[in-house]
Amino acid sequence: MQLMSKFWIVLLHTYRNKIKSKPFIISTAITMVLIFTIANINHIAKLFGNDVPDKIGVIDESGVFYPLLQEQVKPLKEDITLVSVSDEKTAEVNVSKGKHEGYLIIKQSSEGLPEGIFKAEDVTKQSSIDDIQNALQQVKNMVSVESLGLSTAEVEKMYAPVGFEKVSLLESAKSEEEANQVYVLVYVLLLFIYMSVMMYGTMIATEVATEKSSRVMEILISSVSPVKQMFGKIFGIVLVAFTQLTVFAGSVYTALQLNESISGKDSMLDILNLGSIPLSLYIYAALYFLLGFFMFATLFAMLGSLINRVEEVNSLLTPLIMVIVGAFMIAIYGRENPESAVVTIASYFPLFTPMIMLLRVGMTDLPFWEILLSFGILLASISIFATIGARVYRGGVLLYGGSPSLKLIKQALLMSKEEKKIEG
Amino acid sequence: MLHIHNVKKNFGQFTAVHSLNLEVERGGIFGLLGANGAGKTTTFRMILGLLTPSQGTIKWNGQELSYKTSDTIGYLPEERGLYPKLTVKEQLTYLGQLRGMKKSHILEAAEAWLKRFQAEQYLNKKVESLSKGNQQKIQFIASVLHKPELLILDEPFSGLDPVNVDLLKEAVKELNEEGMTIVFSSHRMEHVEELCQNICIMHKGKAAVSGHLKDIKRSFGKKNVVVHADFDLMYLTELDGILKHHRFTDGMRFQVEKEEVAHDIFQNIYNKGFVTKFELEEPSLHDIFIEKVGAANE
Repeated sequence: MQLMSKFWIVLLHTYRNKIKSKPFIISTAITMVLIFTIANINHIAKLFGNDVPDKIGVIDESGVFYPLLQEQVKPLKEDITLVSVSDEKTAEVNVSKGKHEGYLIIKQSSEGLPEGIFKAEDVTKQSSIDDIQNALQQVKNMVSVESLGLSTAEVEKMYAPVGFEKVSLLESAKSEEEANQVYVLVYVLLLFIYMSVMMYGTMIATEVATEKSSRVMEILISSVSPVKQMFGKIFGIVLVAFTQLTVFAGSVYTALQLNESISGKDSMLDILNLGSIPLSLYIYAALYFLLGFFMFATLFAMLGSLINRVEEVNSLLTPLIMVIVGAFMIAIYGRENPESAVVTIASYFPLFTPMIMLLRVGMTDLPFWEILLSFGILLASISIFATIGARVYRGGVLLYGGSPSLKLIKQALLMSKEEKKIEG
Repeated sequence: MLHIHNVKKNFGQFTAVHSLNLEVERGGIFGLLGANGAGKTTTFRMILGLLTPSQGTIKWNGQELSYKTSDTIGYLPEERGLYPKLTVKEQLTYLGQLRGMKKSHILEAAEAWLKRFQAEQYLNKKVESLSKGNQQKIQFIASVLHKPELLILDEPFSGLDPVNVDLLKEAVKELNEEGMTIVFSSHRMEHVEELCQNICIMHKGKAAVSGHLKDIKRSFGKKNVVVHADFDLMYLTELDGILKHHRFTDGMRFQVEKEEVAHDIFQNIYNKGFVTKFELEEPSLHDIFIEKVGAANE
């Protein structure tokens, strides 16, 4: 009596073993710790007290501008504190003793406007110098406006930004704000696909290689067909991936919420405003992710079946990993030039499609038929790779000896071609 | 019954098995003998359906073996393999489930077998921590756990110490008495002689000899004469019909062409001195193996 399909037995076995293996638990835990650390790095940095404001000495030779400057710097009180200093000598001593980061001499020009000289040991420390310069600029503006006798309304008019709007002639084109959000999201998704394919692909190959090298494979294929075994394994790891990614996503969410509740500010999630991105992009991303993942998983399983010893995993996987890295590089390039011919052509190369097409869908205005075509290409490649993969797997698992190479793939294919037995 | 009809297997240019014909009765126990590379493992893989014969048919109860029937087959591969990181229990559960067993049945059967092999303390131990002999026991258990109708054992006794060989041999005998059809290979003649009614000696992919063990011995014709005496027996090698001789500390063994030569030997020695032993032996499988494989080599 068939209690449970053997496919499910293989799938569950793969899943359970992976989930409860120590290395897996440890790496998951480490990643979660990392997520929490990175998401809350601002609070953590504060804990270590590195964030004291820079003290800047000010010698006000004019005798009028210091209070005005003080007023301007106030909003930056977390970064800069101004301290009045009587003469340059004291200021210099303060700097050399490390009490102050630098000092500013404010003079009054012949036109009655402020001028500043900033002195410090290292004047390349941009941020606080720029802040001081900007503050002094504001003071100068205020003083000159006052001297011209303009009203507040007039000043506001003067400084109001010019009306300038960008309008795309395409009806469905994305607004700029939307484009920026998509830009960030596409980057995150690309990174996500890239990392998961790498991580879980290698996991699949290693799993298969371990079974083969421990020679347990021969018993396995005498009780389950290699095809069921391969797909059971692939889906088992897919399930592992979903579990782990759900844990990670949950950690990211909780970590950001935590950050929000500590700082009282909007979390990154709110700033990204993910809700404003069209739902269709998420759906496409999910589809490209699933199809791409499955396509690479098949390839990884096939390569894994050709390996004699686990140590060979790396050398055999290198070409495939290069392809994935290549796709990622093109995608990064394509983020700036989504309409370029390179990107368009690459998006139709099956191994690149999941990443590059997602990029094009996100960043450009793609006709629907192109999207459909890309799904078609992916589905077709998956079925081709799965057929070849299953065959190589069949032949590969009985083939020992010889270093992994194209010749070995051919040999494995040849071997399985002779084995035209019906799969039950 | 297992019926192998005119089976041939090519790997590219190389022919691993040539027109092999074998029949194994239901409930029988069959020994496949052969040197390394004789084609035993390839034959087993074809029986199991892991490899498809290039020519000919293999049928078990009139049906080709496939994954539909795999729950009724047990297999112990020559290359032993278990998951090193799994415990014995997890291991047997997985392999048993893949043979269509229920978890509760697996545990029951596994415990009984482990007890029998005096290994019950290893149930929750990882396989990698077990000795090689114990790993082999686990492997054997995995192949018989689901009470297969047909059990295929590829070199089941290799690498085991004599105590464990006996343990396993007894288990094989008992399973056979319970009605299990068993096919096994070995290069240890004494195991085959002890266990099998029917054998096949394979050489370079061909069946050099096959049939009922007694018939094979009878038709072989040549016999052995063992003589222990307190005088030198070397002069006997001059006699007609002596094919081979082997000397040991207190006597000699002669291979004779036919039984009559034994009479000549006896005539020659009975008045030469004191004879402590004179015995006419059936040819051993070892002799037949050497002879057949040697002959086929030429």
